[in-house]
Amino acid sequence: MTLLEDPTTGRPAGGDVDAPVDRPTVPAGRRRVGGIQGGMLRNLGGAALAGISGSILVALLTGLSGPIGLAIVAYVLFVVTYAVLVSLTEDRPAVTDAVMTVVMASSAVLAIGALAVVIFFTLARGWGALIHLNTYTQDLSSAGPTAPLTRGGIGHAIVGTLWMIGIAVVLTVPIGLVAAVYLDMTRSRPARMFRTVVEAMSALPSILAGLFIYALWILTLGNQHSGLAAALALSVMMLPYMIRASDLALRLVPGNLREASAALGAPSWRTEMQVVIPTARSGLATAVILGVARGIGEASPVLLTAGYTPYINGNPLHGPMASLPLVALKLVLSGSPGFTERAFAAASFLLLLVIILFVTARKVGGWGPGHLSDRGLRKVREASARDAARYARSQAATDGAAGVTVPATPPVHDPPPLEHP
Amino acid sequence: MAPDLGVTEVPSAPHGTDDRPRRQLVDTKAPAERAFRGLNRGSAVVVLAIFALVGVFLAVRAEPALRVSKFSFLTTQAWQPDIHHFGIAGIMVDTILIAVVAVIIAIPVALGLSLFITEVAPASIKRTLVSLVDLMAAVPSVVYGLWALEFLQGRVVGVSRWLATWADWIPLFRVNGADPSNPVQSGTLYSASTFIVGIAVSLMVIPILCSVMRESFAQAPLGEREGAYALGGTRWGMIRTVVLPFGKGGIIGGTMLGLGRALGETIVVILIISPVFTINSHILQSGGNSISGLIANLYSESDAFGTSALMAAGLALFALTLAINFAASAVVARSRSGAESDG
Repeated sequence: MTLLEDPTTGRPAGGDVDAPVDRPTVPAGRRRVGGIQGGMLRNLGGAALAGISGSILVALLTGLSGPIGLAIVAYVLFVVTYAVLVSLTEDRPAVTDAVMTVVMASSAVLAIGALAVVIFFTLARGWGALIHLNTYTQDLSSAGPTAPLTRGGIGHAIVGTLWMIGIAVVLTVPIGLVAAVYLDMTRSRPARMFRTVVEAMSALPSILAGLFIYALWILTLGNQHSGLAAALALSVMMLPYMIRASDLALRLVPGNLREASAALGAPSWRTEMQVVIPTARSGLATAVILGVARGIGEASPVLLTAGYTPYINGNPLHGPMASLPLVALKLVLSGSPGFTERAFAAASFLLLLVIILFVTARKVGGWGPGHLSDRGLRKVREASARDAARYARSQAATDGAAGVTVPATPPVHDPPPLEHP
Repeated sequence: MAPDLGVTEVPSAPHGTDDRPRRQLVDTKAPAERAFRGLNRGSAVVVLAIFALVGVFLAVRAEPALRVSKFSFLTTQAWQPDIHHFGIAGIMVDTILIAVVAVIIAIPVALGLSLFITEVAPASIKRTLVSLVDLMAAVPSVVYGLWALEFLQGRVVGVSRWLATWADWIPLFRVNGADPSNPVQSGTLYSASTFIVGIAVSLMVIPILCSVMRESFAQAPLGEREGAYALGGTRWGMIRTVVLPFGKGGIIGGTMLGLGRALGETIVVILIISPVFTINSHILQSGGNSISGLIANLYSESDAFGTSALMAAGLALFALTLAINFAASAVVARSRSGAESDG
């Protein structure tokens, strides 16, 4: 029965039967999976102490410096100590389980912690400029590297970003949605191939989108660097992303809704327009918002196509234009500390925009497909009641024409309650 | 079906309507249907045409440079288009090095993170974690770049110095000119390195790896999971014998997708690295490059021929990422099932 002792090794049941057994062959009680168990916190605490003190020792002995190195050493010591502590009371599979649970949890802490550090560091560095109103209303034409933060700003970048992302949305949303509907309506071989191509293109390096527009729009067609060129580059980059996200949203629509629509006699285009798309509306809105959030932060396509100017340029068809990520990049590349400060302001503002878009997307898309707000629900019920009345009338007319006495029965559908729940 | 029972009248059918032949779900002759399908197909064709144009235009623009350099484009470790001495051998290897460093850092974190989300975290934390990982993917690369330049670089130099001192028997970690006996040696030797860029890029690919892995782990069948528990397995035992084998396609596919993304990263590279055009396999040492960084750095100061050479480099990057992405989506698609949900 060694297998019972360690079911995770996948050894054949008879493999170790003759091996000397010095531990109980069956776990003492029912195995607990998950949850916080007794002694676990004590072990974790002790191991943490051992890790911290051990890392200080290593630092003194080998000359390791820097908080990151110390943290790595402390973490390794922590895991080892924790394994030893757990092994005092538990059998080997339980020790492995405890250690792996800690490792999984700590990789989550590491990733989310890194995200938090990135966000807070950027906001903290940009805060000094963000609190001044002129940061949003003025451009950089009159402010040199040594100008105080109360003069000049990133207004030119905000105007440029709005133009570029606006044009890109107008171009990509219709094409993207219709292409996603195409993917949704057919399961044919060309559609599968199209999906594969879109998936491959959605990971296309964004600088290639810029290089493509640079080669086509500027070198071949002879246009100048402009906001429109940047918007085109952003569109090429955002398009596969929009299609993929919309396709995923449409695929989440329950299949039985489509079947119900088809069973009622709707041709497939009506099913798509009146059942699938309205049901997936929140998912589609999320797709668009997340596509915008992605496009708004891309610097590399804009770098090759927009040119750069410190002046506010309100005309996307003519003259170079700046955008928020481009300004952040250019300013920090210039190397002067004053401009680095402003670069962080642009990056913080961009980051806040992305977070706002992201939270909006979560709010909209947090509802599953087909979820309705209170008002939407009321409207649907009213429409349903109207339909029921219409059916009753047409039924009565048909029956009347056929010479049958009108039954005094209620309509086919019970009208749903109209009052607000 | 009814005929055997001799029933001809369906009680619930409306009066006055005869049985008609079954309506065609897809009536390809109806004008509305034809127009709708035509519009859909047309937009798909437009999208495909745009994608094809990307490759075609890069190829057309790259042709003058490739005609001059011929095969030496793939073997030369230099970038001097003025004297017709240029090639991507060094830059391509450096590009791949950055991507591989990023993915090697990202794999264990993403694996642990996605397992934690699907298997360990309680439902309340799960939703928040998924949102945060998605937010991680939405943070603009310029933000990661600024952070890596101003925050990460100075703190990683200590680790780099330590690795170069104690692990220099590994060729990858060797640093030319490192002098461990000199404690005040400047950190510039270790800054602007492939390693630092790799760490920053790994933050960008972790969410990609994580979302693909998470999706494939969640599909591990419940019966097998419960079977593993019923045999007395621990949670990790169940993960190792059920979830990971079922999610293998997702792990491989997600890693390749992340690799494709890491190969094309531009902003962090031009912000951090000091560009070189030869192979620098010492990842801790200052100097490196990537094709996208090369394009972004040089496009504005190149003449017509230099631009054509950059287009050729872009074409190489295009071919490489496309090949990796196609392979990745094939792997992921094969491991995925259930295209439609039922509610």
